[in-house]
Order: sequence, then C-alpha cells, then structure tokens
Amino acid sequence: MKSSVFAGAANIWRNLPLKAKIGVGLFGFFVLAAIIGPQVQPYDPGAQTPLTMAAPSVQHWFGTTQTGQDILSQVLTGIRLTLELALLVGVIVTVVSVLIGVTSAFLGGIWDDVLSLITNVFLVIPALPLLIVLLGYLSQQGQTPTIVVLSLLGWPWGARVIRAQTLTIRGRDFIAASRETGEKTWRIILFEIIPNEVSLIAASFVNTVLYAIGASVALAFVGLTNVNSWSLGTILFWAQTDSALLAGAWWWFVPAGLAVALIGTSLVLLNSGIDELGSPRLRATRGTAKVAGHKIWPTDPTPVLAQLQAQRGPLGSFLHSFSRRSLLEGTSAGGEL
Amino acid sequence: MAPILEISDLSVAYRSDSGDVHAVEHVSLSLNAGEVVGLCGESGSGKSTLAYGAMRLLRPPALITSGSVRYSGRRITHGGEPVDILSMSQRELHRIRWRETAIVFQSAMNALNPVLRVQDQLLDAIQAHLKLPRHEARDKAATLLDLVGIPRDRLRAYPHELSGGMRQRVMIAMALAADPEVVIMDEPTTALDVVVQRDILSQIVELKDRLGFSVLFITHDLSLLLELADRIAVMYAGRLMETGSSQELMREPAHPYTRGLLNSFPALHGAKRELTGIPGVPPDLRDITPGCPFIPRCRYATGACSAVDMSLAPVAGTPAQAAHLTACPIVTPEVTKEASQEEVAS
Amino acid sequence: MSFLLRRLAFYLVAAWVAITLNFFIPRAVPGNPAEIILSKYPDLTPAAYKALEQMIGGAIGTGSLWSQYLHYWSDVFHFNFGVDLNEFPTPVNQILDQAIPWTLILVGTATVIAFVIGTGLGILAGWRHGGALDRSLPVLMFFQAAPYFFIALVLVDFFAIQHHWLPSGQGFNGEVTSPGWTWAFLSNAIEHSLLPAFTIVLTTVAGWMLQMRNVMITTISEDYVIAGQAKGLSRRRVIFTYAARNALLPQLQGFGLALGFVVSGALIMEIVFSYPGIGYLLLEAVQNKDFPLMQAIFLVITFAVLVANLVVDLIIVFFDPRARAREAA
Repeated sequence: MKSSVFAGAANIWRNLPLKAKIGVGLFGFFVLAAIIGPQVQPYDPGAQTPLTMAAPSVQHWFGTTQTGQDILSQVLTGIRLTLELALLVGVIVTVVSVLIGVTSAFLGGIWDDVLSLITNVFLVIPALPLLIVLLGYLSQQGQTPTIVVLSLLGWPWGARVIRAQTLTIRGRDFIAASRETGEKTWRIILFEIIPNEVSLIAASFVNTVLYAIGASVALAFVGLTNVNSWSLGTILFWAQTDSALLAGAWWWFVPAGLAVALIGTSLVLLNSGIDELGSPRLRATRGTAKVAGHKIWPTDPTPVLAQLQAQRGPLGSFLHSFSRRSLLEGTSAGGEL
Repeated sequence: MAPILEISDLSVAYRSDSGDVHAVEHVSLSLNAGEVVGLCGESGSGKSTLAYGAMRLLRPPALITSGSVRYSGRRITHGGEPVDILSMSQRELHRIRWRETAIVFQSAMNALNPVLRVQDQLLDAIQAHLKLPRHEARDKAATLLDLVGIPRDRLRAYPHELSGGMRQRVMIAMALAADPEVVIMDEPTTALDVVVQRDILSQIVELKDRLGFSVLFITHDLSLLLELADRIAVMYAGRLMETGSSQELMREPAHPYTRGLLNSFPALHGAKRELTGIPGVPPDLRDITPGCPFIPRCRYATGACSAVDMSLAPVAGTPAQAAHLTACPIVTPEVTKEASQEEVAS
Repeated sequence: MSFLLRRLAFYLVAAWVAITLNFFIPRAVPGNPAEIILSKYPDLTPAAYKALEQMIGGAIGTGSLWSQYLHYWSDVFHFNFGVDLNEFPTPVNQILDQAIPWTLILVGTATVIAFVIGTGLGILAGWRHGGALDRSLPVLMFFQAAPYFFIALVLVDFFAIQHHWLPSGQGFNGEVTSPGWTWAFLSNAIEHSLLPAFTIVLTTVAGWMLQMRNVMITTISEDYVIAGQAKGLSRRRVIFTYAARNALLPQLQGFGLALGFVVSGALIMEIVFSYPGIGYLLLEAVQNKDFPLMQAIFLVITFAVLVANLVVDLIIVFFDPRARAREAA
C-alpha cells in the first residue's frame, strides 16, 4: 500500500511539465527558508542599529531600514509568518469550500440553490474592500483576525468550482450504481467523489494560498495588520511609510516584494502544471510538438511523415544551399544564393 | 476510369509519450465516381480516423505514417494525373477542401458554429470557393436549403434553434454548397431517431443521383449499409477486414468479423434465429501484435492466423480480378457454407 | 424570466447583502468602536458627541435595531453616507465625489486596455499553442503573481526617482496647474496617469492572456472549428469568427468574476502613487480610523463592480445568440 503511494507520487512527478517542476522547486526553497530562516537570521529583526538607511553590504546583505534594522532578518521572519498564515488559511478554506461545494451539489434542490446564491454573492462582492472594513473594526492583536477574515471571504471560489465538478461526477453512472447498491451517502462522497476531484482540490488549495498571500500582503501594506510583526507586507508598509522610495532606498522594498512575487510565481507555475495534469488537451503537444525536427502547430493540416522527412528545416535549407548539387541545379530547397 | 478517390496503404498513428497508437494500419480503399461506399466498424476501429486523416483534418498528435490519397476530380486534374492530398501544401489543400471533398460531420450540434446564423455558415462555404456576387450567393444558400427540404425562413436561424434532424440537413446542405465530387458522411444519422434517419438517408440517395457526387458513408450500422451502399469495407482495429459489394457481403461474408456483425442484428425476413454478439473487446491499438487483430474473438482462429500479413486478397474460389476481397485466409466457401448451415440449424 | 432580468435581480440581492453587512459590521464587532474613535475628539460638547455617535452608527442609537436599519437604508438611497470624521463635518459624499472621477478614469481605462490587449494576445497564444508567445508566459506569470503595488514601487523607482522621466506621484502637479478643462491641466493629468496606468496594464495583462489562451486551446478542438477548416475557410476567418468569437464568451464571464479582484489591487496601487483616487482615500480612512469613509468606500466600490458586471452581461447577451434567446424568452 505504501509503495503504491510512492509509486503514484513518482509517476505524478514524472508527468509534470517543466514549469510545474520549477514551481515546486521554487516553493520548496521558500518553505525551507521559512523553516530555518528565523534560526539563521543574523540579527533580531526589530533590533535598531545606528547604521540607518544603509545600502546592501557585507554586514547587512539586504541593507537596513530607517532605524537601522537588518532587512535580511526581517525578510526571513517575514517569509515564515506570511507562509504560515497563507498555508493555514489555505487549509481552512479548502476544507470549507470542499464541504460546501460537495454538499451543495449532492443535496440539490433548495439547499443547492441557497448555497449557490450565497456563494455567488460573495464571489461578486469585491473581497479586499470588505476585508479592509472588517479588519478595520477588529482589534489588531496577532494574526488571528487576519486568518479569520481571510477564511471567511476565501471559500466561494473553490466552492463554486468543486460544486460544478461534483455535479458532473454525480451525474455519472457509477455514482448511480453505488446508490442502487445502497452505499451510504457519506461513503459515496468520501470514497467515490472526492478521489475524482483530487487535482481540482489541489488546484483550489494552491489558488487559495495565492489569494491569502496577496490579500494579507495588501492588508499589511495598508497598515491593517499588526504593524509590529514582521510579515512581508508589513516590511513593505514601513518602507512606504518611511518614504524609502523617495530616499532611494530600493533595497528596503525590493527583497520583500520580490519574495512575495517569487512565492506567488512558484504557486502559479505549480497550478498551471496541475491544470495540465488534469486536462490533457492543454498539454497536448508537449512531447509531440515536433515531428522529424519540424514544429507542428495544432491547427496545421495533419502532418505526413514522409513529407516532413523530405523537407529540410530553415537551417537545413541554408546549409543545403552550399552543396554542390544545389549550386549546380541553380535552385536550393527554399533558400536563395 | 480511375477511381475518383483512391486511398492507398494509409496509416495513421497518434503519437504519445507512452507509445504510439496505431489507429489506421495500411488501409487501401477506393471510391469510384457516382458510387456509395460504406465504411463499417465499431467505435475505435479507425473508420473516422481514416476519413479525417485522408483529408488531413486530424489534430496533433496525429501523424500520417504511410500511404497516399489520390484524387482525380476533373476540376483539379483536368484529365491528367491524380493529385496526392498527402503531399499538398496548405494553399492547395484550401482549394481542394469542400470544393472537391466535403464532409458531413457526425454531430451537427457540435459541428455548426453556435454564434453564426445558418445563412452565414452556408455563405462561408459558398464564398470561400465560388466567389459569387452577394445576391447570387444568398440565392444559392436558399436553394441549398430547398434541396434538403428545409423552409427558407430558417436561413436566419441559429443552430440551437433547429431540431436535430434539421441541423443534420443543414450540414448536408452545407456540404453540397460548393458542388463537391466526393462527400464523406461520418455517421450522419446515428444521433437521430429511426424515422428521421430514414428520411435523411433517402434524401441523400436522391441528391446523389441528382447531383452526381460520390459518397463515402461511415457508420457502425452494417444493416444500413446493406441497403444504402454499393460497396462496403469492414474495418477492425485499424485494418480492413473485408471489402466487397453489399450483396456479396450479405450473402457470403468472407471474414469472421463481418459474419459476427451480420449476426448482431435481426433480418426483417427469413427464419428467426438467435442473435449473437461478438464476445470480447477490441484490442489496444498501442501494440501491434503480428497477424490478425481479431484472433482473440474469432471462433475460427488457428495458429496460422498470427502469421497472416493482413493484406486483402480475393476470396478463395473467386476469380483473381474479383472485387470481393478479404484479409482472412482460412475462410473459404466451404467453411462459409458450414457456418451458414450451423446458424440456420440453431 | 429573461437572462438580463435574472442577472439584475441577482445583483440587487448582492447589493442588499453588501448594504446589510455594512450596517451590521460595526454593530457586531466586540467592543464599542465609537468610543475608540471618540477618544480622539476629547473636546466635544455632549450634543456633538451624541450626534457623532449616531453618525458612526455606534451601538447606542435611537430606536430599535430594525428602525436603525430602515433609517440606514434611506440614508443609502439618498447617498447620505454620513459625515467624515477626519474632516468633520464634511459629508462623506463630498470627499468621495472628488476622488471617484480620478479612479474611474484611471482604473477603468487601464483595466479595459489590459483586457483587450491580454485577450488579443491570448487568441494568438492559443492558436499557436506551444509557440513563442507561450514561452513568454512564465515571465508574465511573474508579473501577475507580484503584488501590484510592488511592481508600482519598482517602476516608480526606476522611471521617476532614478531617471526622472515621469512624475513620481500625485494626480497632477499642483504647482503648475489646477483642475479644469484646460489643455494644460489635462496634459499634466495624463502625464501623471501614465505610470499608474502602465502598472495596471503590466500586472493584469498576463492574467487575461493566460485565461484566453486556455479557453482558445479547448475551443480549437471543437468540431465547429475543425469544420471551419474543413470548409477551406481563410485562417483569419477560422481564428476569429469560429474560434475566438466563441472563446470570448467564457473569457467575458471570467472578466466579470475577476473584476472585483482587479479593482481592489488597482486601488492599493494608487497608494504608491499618492494618486488622488479612492484607493488613496481608503488608506487615509484606515489610518485615521475614519469608519464612515471606509464603509462608504466599500459600498461605492461594490456598486461599481456590480454595475460593471451588469455591463459585461449586456455584452455577453450581445455576442451570444443563445443568451439572447433566453433573453427574449
């Protein structure tokens, strides 16, 4: 049983497109940084030194803030805080959205209508302004309010997608067959429906983490989260408040912002990989895009092997134009002398 | 007279990382002017792949790995040599497509553009090849609908506003828009109910007689072909099993698979007999096992069958130039007679 | 019921939810926010104190919850969003009125431009799936994943601080010109909006392009596109009238859904530029705990997004005959 799980995982890895693998690698790097970061950081992020607004140097790889704090240490702490928050929100939201999505699709009828309406309403109402109002009213102790509020508004996306997929699966014959044999509903959901939605749930999880990072950083930037903790967004908040820009202190905001951007990019890459795993058409021509050295576009006429092998590519034509035969004949395979 | 469309030794494969799927293996089929040739086989037999591949309409990862598809329509060849569709450039293909060879797709709901009116889709087909002045083109579009028995007011309709039967008729009208020589019909009536099916089929025959095009009719329903087609080709696992006139196939099927297909539907006349399907499933097209692909499901199979080279040869006991060909070497008239007697007895 | 009417009903429900949320949030959170704010104004007379409390919508209001609720509704209908705390006693709408046009023009125009460019590129990328455009995707994904305001910071740093090619912020240079329909003002305003607009386009184009590309890839495998090619139609006709025209529908729906998100991001980005729009106002409101303004901004943004969604629905009906059929029914 265990070996088949490993075999399955290894198989998935092999089939991931290159960009997804890069995504996994990049994200893994940041997870590592989150885990060991605060241990290896050279300074206490809040410790002020007289070396204010200093450009990157050997003592301070990322430079210092206006109060002489080491930015590298702040960024390392920030990566951990931001990732912790985002992953936690990701888990909560994924659980809730799967619950709501599957229940809604499975129960059908009036319950489905009501849940769908709620889902769609919260999808269309812009989340960030609402988050700002909510957080504005709540006290700012710790990360809990942020987590609660992000979770409250994050589930509609996943729920909608999962509901749609569940409806499709529910209509399939093997579900009807399970029902006929009297299998209990919760067993059907757990053992038949959810396994078929794994890639969707994974994609939803990644999307939620992406949303949580983006939203928490934006909220921190506006000053709504605890400005005394060192999340990546807070670093940017202080950079903006202390006019790093006008002082030319690019090193203050670039590392933190770059970290957010790279974490986000790794997740987007990962997601596109999961997408392609689930929908083979998107991946269609990956390994088979070239025939006999020629690139085949999806909308070209069906390629004929013999024809392609006879044709030379552009480089081939160019090289062939130097051959004795083409010079003697006065023509070349598509090139000019 | 050269056949208007001659497919020789055509092979089509779908490439994939886990091995190529050999959807069509060395198939040769010819279509003569004015003829209706039926291409019969179950799902996955490669019949649609054959037709679309011959027209080079298959999307990647399809690849044509051997063969030629020679077309001899007068307009293109002017009485000269036939042209090979497989060696044409994109531009040459544009000239041939629809004007010479048109296709009636299987599912009209999916093959009609949902956002264009019927008239616009007909005009597209007309104007891409005929370059008529506006009003003439519109007249032609209206005439096309008349041809297939659809009221003219449906010109302004969208596909979703038409019934299934009407949509299929529109597809047929569209196929005839540029006066093609060859019309390939891919299961045109499969999704329709029997009454509408009958209607449309008789319409096709009438149009064919009137306008003089040839038809390659693809279907899984052999019973249909027995009435409709002049000649029939039976495909299985990407290979041709048998070809011959419909009478020959019906009276003396020379391949166990054909026999199995015939036994799968009841005849309207004659004694009642037990219907037998064909046990088993079609093979995985990724591995080409040597010999006949039908071996696992064939009741006559012998050890020699795995050495058969699957080329079509005249049925044993018939003259060499005969058109009744089979890939099965063991089914001789004696074996056939025995089998027929067995079936009548049971 | 027709398609548009249903959508309108839905948006009305969403608006109702937003307004109701707005009403309940201040009353639902622990503690009395009114007191927190009021502690900033220790020298008020008891009467002004009371008036202020009521305007904030504190827990101590006159009448029952229900009558407060109704009263709130009438306020909203009359666009009476209360009184701004920071610039007491200026009504909130006045403050909003000054900021809305800036945001509307900047964010509205830039978003539409980004959508058009992104969709166009997506059509090409989808048609030539696996080609050069596809290779640029990871770079664009980076821009999409980076916070808008971070890209804004980088761009301002490069274009304005280090190279002085474009202004570093503000809506216009107050020392040189003042608001009015003069060319001097307009050209100055445009100059100041170039960098913010460019940021919005740069950060959002990738998303639209990726989405359209994916939809196109599925669409070109549809039978009607293959049929279009089988008919021997020109490549242009097949790409645009057969493939893209159909792919546009899910793309537009995606636009509607993503709108709230895009607008929010753009607002935060305004902060970097000190652009005198709603986003910047939001920042000030948060910093000053100016709740009436904060809540009013939330409502305004929500209404704008709902209206925009309705416009998208109108466009979809225009383009999709199936929706039109439901519309006429």
